Amino acid sequence: MMIKDNLTEEKKNIQNQVMWNRLLSVVEEQGQTLVRTAFSPIVRECGDISAGVFDLEGRMMAQAVTGTPGHVNSMAESVKHFIDHFPLNSMNEGDIFITNDPWMGTGHLNDFVITTPCFKDNKIVGLFSCTSHLTDIGGLGVGPDATDIHMEGLYIPMLKLADKGVMDQTLLKLISQNTRQPVETEGDVYSLAACNDIGCKRLVEMMEEFQISNLKDLSDFIYNKSLQAVENEIKKIPNGVYHNFMMIDGFEKDIRLEAKLVVKDKSISVDFTGTSDKSKFGINVPLSYTKAYTCFGLSCLVSAEIPNNAGSLYPFQIDAPKGSILNAPYPAAVCARHIIGQMLPDVVFGCLEKALPDKVPAEGASCLWNITFRGKTDRGANNNSLFAVTAVVNGGTGARPSKDGLSATAYPSGVRGTPVEINEAVAPLLFLRKEYSPGSGGKGKYNGGLGQAIEIKSAIDEDMDLLASFDRIKYPARGRLQGEDGKAGSVSIKNQGQLKGKGTQVIKAGEILEIYTPGGAGIGKYSERDQELINRDDENELL
Amino acid sequence: MRLAIDIGGTFTDIVLENDNNLITKKVLTSIAQPEIAVIEGILELLEENKIMSSEIKMIIHGTTLATNAVIERKGAKTCFVTTEGFRDVLDIGYESRFDQYDILIEKTMSLVPRKHRYVIKERTDVNGSIIEPINTNAFKGLVKKIKDENFESVGIGFLHSYANPENENILKDYLINNLPGVEISVSSDVCPEIREYERFTTTVVNAYIKPLMANYLKKLDNELKGKGFNCSLLLMTSGGTLTNIESACNNPVRLVESGPAGGAILATSIADDLDLNKVISFDMGGTTAKITIIENKKAIKAREFEVDRKARFKKGSGLPLRIPVIEMVEIGAGGGSIARVNKLEQIITGPDSAGSYPGPACYDNGGDKPTITDADLVIGKINPKNFAGGKIILSKELATEAINKNICNIVNLDTETAALAISEIVDETMSNAARVHTVEQGHETSNRTLIAFGGAAPLHIARVAEKLRVKSIIVPTNASVGSAVGFLKAPVGYEVVKSLRMLLNSFKAQKINDLLKDMRDEAQAIIQSNLDEVSFVEERFAFMRYAGQGHEIKVPIDNSILENQHAVKIKATFEEQYEKLYSRILPNADIEILTWSLSLSIASENNNEFKKLDGFKEIKKNKLVDFVDYERNKQIEIPYFERIDLNPGDLIKGQCIISEDQTTVIVSKNFNTKVLSNNFLQMEFINDD
Repeated sequence: MMIKDNLTEEKKNIQNQVMWNRLLSVVEEQGQTLVRTAFSPIVRECGDISAGVFDLEGRMMAQAVTGTPGHVNSMAESVKHFIDHFPLNSMNEGDIFITNDPWMGTGHLNDFVITTPCFKDNKIVGLFSCTSHLTDIGGLGVGPDATDIHMEGLYIPMLKLADKGVMDQTLLKLISQNTRQPVETEGDVYSLAACNDIGCKRLVEMMEEFQISNLKDLSDFIYNKSLQAVENEIKKIPNGVYHNFMMIDGFEKDIRLEAKLVVKDKSISVDFTGTSDKSKFGINVPLSYTKAYTCFGLSCLVSAEIPNNAGSLYPFQIDAPKGSILNAPYPAAVCARHIIGQMLPDVVFGCLEKALPDKVPAEGASCLWNITFRGKTDRGANNNSLFAVTAVVNGGTGARPSKDGLSATAYPSGVRGTPVEINEAVAPLLFLRKEYSPGSGGKGKYNGGLGQAIEIKSAIDEDMDLLASFDRIKYPARGRLQGEDGKAGSVSIKNQGQLKGKGTQVIKAGEILEIYTPGGAGIGKYSERDQELINRDDENELL
Repeated sequence: MRLAIDIGGTFTDIVLENDNNLITKKVLTSIAQPEIAVIEGILELLEENKIMSSEIKMIIHGTTLATNAVIERKGAKTCFVTTEGFRDVLDIGYESRFDQYDILIEKTMSLVPRKHRYVIKERTDVNGSIIEPINTNAFKGLVKKIKDENFESVGIGFLHSYANPENENILKDYLINNLPGVEISVSSDVCPEIREYERFTTTVVNAYIKPLMANYLKKLDNELKGKGFNCSLLLMTSGGTLTNIESACNNPVRLVESGPAGGAILATSIADDLDLNKVISFDMGGTTAKITIIENKKAIKAREFEVDRKARFKKGSGLPLRIPVIEMVEIGAGGGSIARVNKLEQIITGPDSAGSYPGPACYDNGGDKPTITDADLVIGKINPKNFAGGKIILSKELATEAINKNICNIVNLDTETAALAISEIVDETMSNAARVHTVEQGHETSNRTLIAFGGAAPLHIARVAEKLRVKSIIVPTNASVGSAVGFLKAPVGYEVVKSLRMLLNSFKAQKINDLLKDMRDEAQAIIQSNLDEVSFVEERFAFMRYAGQGHEIKVPIDNSILENQHAVKIKATFEEQYEKLYSRILPNADIEILTWSLSLSIASENNNEFKKLDGFKEIKKNKLVDFVDYERNKQIEIPYFERIDLNPGDLIKGQCIISEDQTTVIVSKNFNTKVLSNNFLQMEFINDD
C-alpha cells in the first residue's frame, strides 16, 4: 500500500517536530511565569528577561520569544559555564544554581542567571535557565559611573542557590543585605526559580507522553534542522568581505565601532578589530553580550523565521579584540553595557548594506533611552524610604527598506516602555510631557521613526539623581542611499544648560529634566518621497 | 418563547426556543443595514412556524458589527481630547515590536489620527489630587473645532482620571451642553483603570463605534416594536452576560467579541446540566479554534482583550481593550487553515485560512492550497458525500493533488503520511494552546472534561484529548450553531470595574464599602430596568499583587459589608491563589489591591432535565469504512455509525466514526462512546489497567 520503507524515520521526524513545537511552548510558559511574578518593574512592565531549555551538553534547544536579545544569546552561553563549574553528575534534583557574573552571565551585575537541572525518573535530562534584570544590586546603582566592576554592586560567583530543594538562607540574606530593595530582590530570585520549576515540570510531562527517556535525539534533530536552515539562507548572500564603522558618543571619549564581516559559503563571521579600547567607565561590553547583539542583528536580516537555538546560532562567529570596548575583561566596569551592545546591529547592517542593498534598514536611535532616577520617596511599599526607578523610553528606529521607521519604538531591544501612570505610582515623579518630537526622524524616500519629547520633575519637591546612560547626542543615526540623518538626542534642565549624556547628575527640586530621544535615519532621497505621505505627515504636524 | 440572533460577517443565525425545542434559520447578512435581514428572517421563521410576534417574550442579540467596524475602520469621525503634553499616548503604545526578528512589522494604527487629537491644560496626580485645574478658557475653541470638522463622536482621556474623574467630567458636561447630537465617551466611565494607553484606547474604540451602534440598535428596536414585538431586546456582551439597549448604546465597546462568548456560555450551560466542575470548552470552526476554561460551572472572566490584530493572532499586534471578557484563547486553527512547509522543512498549519471561498482544495472552487479539511478527507475522517449535510460534494482527488504539490513534493512523504502529519500538527497546536491557557489560569488539563462543538471540533477532539490527557469528552447535539444557542443560556448581568489602590496593611474597609456600593448601584441600575422582581447573583473580586509587582491576580471577596479585620481573610485568599499559580508565596512582601470588580446578574431558573442513565448496552458495528490510522500509520477499516441511528443508552467500544449532518465524530481506539439521555455523546478514555 502506501507504506514506505523509511516510514519509522518519517514518523519519528513528525514526532520530533511536534516535540520541538511543544518545547517552544514550554519555554514561553516559563518566560511568561517570570514576567507575571517579577517585582522588578523593568521585568514586569517591559519584559526584560529570557528563558530557555538546554540539553546535557549545554546546547540551547529552545528559548522563549518573550524577552530581549541581549539576554537570550548570552544566557545560551552561560549554561555551559554552569556545567563547567558544577559537573552534571554532581547535580541533584532540587538543586538551583545562580550567578550574576557579567562574563559568564548576561553582561552586568543586575542580571541574575538561574539554572535548574531537570530530572526524570531520578536521572538528569536537561537544564532550564532564565535571567532577568533586577532593579538594584547595590553599588553605585544602574548607571555608567563606576570605574571597576566592584563599584557596581554585589558580585555573585557561580553558586548553589538551593541544595536538594532547600534554599540557601545565608546566600539569600547576603543578597538582601546588599541591595536598596531587599524584599523585591528576594522576590525576584524566587520568581526566577519558580519559572524554571514550571519549565521542568512541563518537559517531564512531554517526555512521558512521547515515551522518551532522554533528549539526545530531539536535541540533535533541532540542532541539525536549524543549522541547515540558517546555512541555506546564508548561501543566498554573495560571498565577500564587507567593512563598516560607526562613531558613537561614548563616555570620556568618542568611540569607534569597526567591523569586518565575512560571508563565506555557509557561515558569517564578524570581527570587531579596529574598535576603540575599553572605557574607564561602566559602558564596557563583555564578549558574550557583544556576540548576543551581533547575532541578533544578523538573524534579523538572514534567518528571521528560524527559532533561536544552538544550531541556528552556530553559523555566526563573532570576535572582538581583548581589551577593546567590545571585549572588556575583568575588572572593567560594565553596568551600562547595553548602550554600546544595542548599537551593534546598526554596525552589522552597515556591513551588509553592500551585500543586501534592498534589505537593510537605516541606523536608528538603537540604544534604549532608559531614564533612571534615584532619591527619597513618599510612596514606597515594603518600608522603602529610597526609590530607584527606570522609565523605559525609546527613540525612533531607522527607515526600513520600503517603509518608514517606527516612531518611539525599541529596536534592537525587545522591551516594552513603562506607562506614565505606573512610573508615577511607583516613584515620586511627575511627567509634564511625553509625546512625539516632530521632525526628529531623518527625512528620506522613507523617513526615520520619530523620537520623543519628555519632561519630568520631582513630584515631592526633593532633589533626585539622574543616572544618565544616553548616546547619539553627538553622533546621530546616519541615513542610507542619501536619506537624511535622524535628529540627535538631547538631555538638559529646561531653560538652563545641557546635561552630560552619561553619568550621575542631580536634578534639583523644582527643576524640569527635558529629554529629546534621537530620531531614526531616513533611506533614499526625500525628493522621491510619495507626496501623499508628505501631506499626511504635514496634516498631522509630524514634520 | 425566546429568539436569539447572531449577526456574523456572512450569515445571520436565528434560533427560536419553544419550550426546549430549538428551531434554527440562516439568512444572508444585509451588511449595509443589518436590521433588514434580521427583521425579515425573524418574520419568515415565525410565519413558517405559525407563531405570533406577541408570543415572543424576549429577543437576545449578539453581533460582530462592533468588531467589524473597528477592523474595517468604518466607525464614526472621532476626535480625542487629552492632557497637554501627552498627545501621542494612543500611538506610542507599548514602544515595542510584537515580533522580535521581523524588521518590517506594521503597528496597528490608532483609530484617531494625530491631527484629530487635541490637548488641553489640566492635570490630576496619582493620588487623585488636581494639581492643574482644567483650562476652561479653551472650551469654546475646542467646541468650534469639533463643529467645524463635523466630528460625530468625542473621546476624553486624561491622566489619572481613574483616581479622580473631576476634570474629565467638567469637560464632558460642557461638551454635552454645547454639542447636541455628538456622542461623548469618557475614560473614567468606560474604563476607570490605571495604565493610560489601555484606558485611552478602550475609550477611543468606544467613541468610534458609538454612533453606529446606537443608531443601529435604536432602529432595530423601533422596527421590532413596529412589527408587534413588545418584548425586551437584550444584547450579548463579550463578558457573557446580557445587557439592555441603553447600556449597550453607552458602552458599545462591551459588545465586541460577543459571538465567541456565546459559545463559551453554551459550554457553561452544558457543564451545569451534566454536573461537570472542571471543563475545557473547545470550539473549532472554519477559521479559528477557541478554548475557554469552565471552572465550577463558570467561565473564567478576564479584563483584557485585543481587537484588530495586525499579525493574525499574534499577541501585542492589536488594540488592547480593557473590558470584561470571557477569558479565552483564539488561535488560527480551523477546517480552512492552510498547511505548508517552512524554511526548516517542517509542516506548519495556519494561522491563515482559505476561508469559505475558495475554501479548501476539495471544495472544487479553485482553492489549490491544502487545508485541514483536505487532510481530514484524505485520512478518511470526512465522508466526501456527506459534508455539510451533503450540500458540498468534496473531491478527494483535488485534496490529494494539493497535498502532493505543496507538501509531499518538498519533504518526501507519501500523501497519507503527509495528511496524518498535517492533522497531528494542528492537533498539537491546539492542544498546546489549550495547555498553556489552562496553566496560565493555574489549572491542570488532565482532570477536565472537554466539551467539543463547532463544525471541525468532533473531527479532532479525540487526539487533542489524548495530548491533554483528558479522560472524558462531550459532543453535544446541534454543535454547529453554538453561539446563538449559547445566547439563550446567558444571564442578564453587568460588571463594573474600578481602580482604587490600597496597601493591605492600611486596609480601609469604609472606603471600599463606599466604592463597592456605588459599583453595585451602577450595575443594578443597568440591569434592573429589564425586569421587576428578581434575585441577584453577585460576585466581587479584588485584583491584587505584592507591592512592587506589575501583574495582578484575581481574588474573590465576600459580598458582605467589609470590616477592617477582613484584611486578614483577604490576605489568606490572596496567598492561596498566589501559591496555586506560582508555587511559592513571599512572606515578607507587602500586598496591595489595585482594582475592584463587581458583577451582578439575575439568577436564572435551572430547568435541567438531564437524567443520568443507569446502564449502557454495547451496540455492534453495522458497517466498515476505510481510515488511515495515525498510530499504525496505515489504512485500516473501522466501524461506521450514523448519529441519527444512535439511541440513549447505546455504547460503542473503541475506534469508530460517527457521522452526522454537520460534522463527523472521530473516536480513537482509546475511547468508548456512550449516548447520553439527551443524545449528547460522551467519549471516555479506556484505562489500560
